Amino acid sequence: MCLSIPSKIKSIDKDTNSCVVDTMGVERTACLDLIDQEVKVGDYVLIHIGFAMNKIDEVDALESLKVYQEIIEKLEEKEKQEALNG
Amino acid sequence: MVKKLQLKDLYDGFRDPKTIKAYKKLIDIELENYDKTINIMEVCGGHTHTIMKYGLPQILNKKINFVHGPGCPVCVMPKERVDSAYELSLQKDVILVTLGDMIKVPGSRGSLQDARAKGADVRFVYSPMDCLKIATENKDKKVVFFAIGFETTTPMTCALLEQVIKNDIKNILFHINHITVPEVMRALVDKKDNKIDAFLGPAHVSVISGSKIYEEFPLRYNKPVVVSGFEPVDVIESIYMLVCQFVQNRVELEVEYKRVVSFEGNIKAQELVDKYLIKTSFEFRGVGTILESGYELREEYKKYNAKLVYDEILPKNRAKENKACRCPDILSGVAKPLDCKLFGTVCTPTNPIGSCMVSSEGACSAYYKYGNLLK
Repeated sequence: MCLSIPSKIKSIDKDTNSCVVDTMGVERTACLDLIDQEVKVGDYVLIHIGFAMNKIDEVDALESLKVYQEIIEKLEEKEKQEALNG
Repeated sequence: MVKKLQLKDLYDGFRDPKTIKAYKKLIDIELENYDKTINIMEVCGGHTHTIMKYGLPQILNKKINFVHGPGCPVCVMPKERVDSAYELSLQKDVILVTLGDMIKVPGSRGSLQDARAKGADVRFVYSPMDCLKIATENKDKKVVFFAIGFETTTPMTCALLEQVIKNDIKNILFHINHITVPEVMRALVDKKDNKIDAFLGPAHVSVISGSKIYEEFPLRYNKPVVVSGFEPVDVIESIYMLVCQFVQNRVELEVEYKRVVSFEGNIKAQELVDKYLIKTSFEFRGVGTILESGYELREEYKKYNAKLVYDEILPKNRAKENKACRCPDILSGVAKPLDCKLFGTVCTPTNPIGSCMVSSEGACSAYYKYGNLLK
C-alpha cells in the first residue's frame, strides 16, 4: 500500500485546502492538510492515499539524474579505453 | 541554468535500465575483493515489490542477499484484529471502511470480503477522507474507519479525525491499528538468530517521520541504514551506498531519497499524530507483542473509539494461526517464501493462507508474481 508516485499540481482550492494533481496523465484530487510548506501550481508533490505528503525537491531530483548520467558516461569511457587497450 | 524538471524525468529517470546496469557494475567493482555476503533487510513491502519486479536478486552480485522484512501493514496484522473488523462489519448499523488489501486478509471466520458476501457493508476507499462523504450520505449508520498502516498513513487518519471534530460529525468512529517502524526493527535486531547486516530504510514512512528515527541502528546496533526511494534506480543506488559502507568499514545512516526525505520529516504531520494518538503495545503477526509499537486514540477522544463503543461484540480470544504457514518466519527475516511448503501449492494469491500472500506487497505475493525470474 506504500507505492505512491510523484504528481504535478494543476490547481489549488483554498476553501477546501485541496488540489488537483496530474499523476502519469490521470487527474485526481488530493488533500493539503498535511503540507506545512507553501505549494503552488506546477510544484511536484508525493501523493499517498489522497493526501499530499511532501513537496519533491527539484534541485535534489535533478542532481540525482545528473549524477546517474555522469556515472554512465564514466563507465562507458572506461569500457572504450579497455577495448582500445585490447 | 538548471533544466526544468518534467514529470516524465521523475518516472523514466529513476527507472532507466542503463542507470541500473551502471550501478550493477559499480557494485561488482566495489565487491571484487570483499569476501563476505551482505544480508540486507528491506523493511518495507514497497521495496520488496520493486526488488522482485525488477529482478534485482538476479542481476545483482551474489554477495548481496535480500532478507525481507515486516514492513507491510496488512501482512503484520494479527488475526484477532481481522476478526474484530469482521465482527464490526456484521453489525447492522455499521459501514466498515478500510484501505488497501485489508479486505482480503483471512481471519478466523473469514475475510472482510467474505463478510461482504454475507451482506455486510464493507467498503474500500482510496482516501480516509472519503469517509466524510459516506457518513453524510448514511446518517442512520455508523461509519467505522478500520485504520491501518505505519507512520505513512497515521497522520492521514488524524487529519480525518480533525475534520470529524471540526465539522461535528457524529457517525464516524475509528478502529486504530497504526504501527511504527523503529520498534519492530529493534525487535528484529534484538533476536539472536537475526541475519540482518544492514537495512534499506522505508521511503514514505521516512517522508513523514524523517530519517532521524533510524539513528539508533548504526549507533547502538552497528547496522548501517540507507533510506531509499521506491524506484528501481533508487533501490540499486541505495544498495551501492550500503556496499560502499561495508567495503570502507563505515557504519552510518544515509539518505538516498533526498528529494523528499529530510532528517526531521513532516513536522505538521507528526504534531497531528501526537495531538490525537498515544503509543501503545501492538502484536505484530510473526514477531510478537512489541511495547510502544502501535497507537491508540487518546482518552479525550474516546467517544470516537470503535473499540470502546463496540467493546461487547469484539472478540477477546487470541486467534489460532495455520501451523504450516511460515509467514511469521518470513516476516522476521528468518525464512524466504520458497522455504514454505504451502507456497504456490495450497497458498496462492487466489487462495491465500497467510498474510504475506494476501497483500500485493507481501514477500510471498511478490515471489509468486515475479517468481519466474528466480528460475
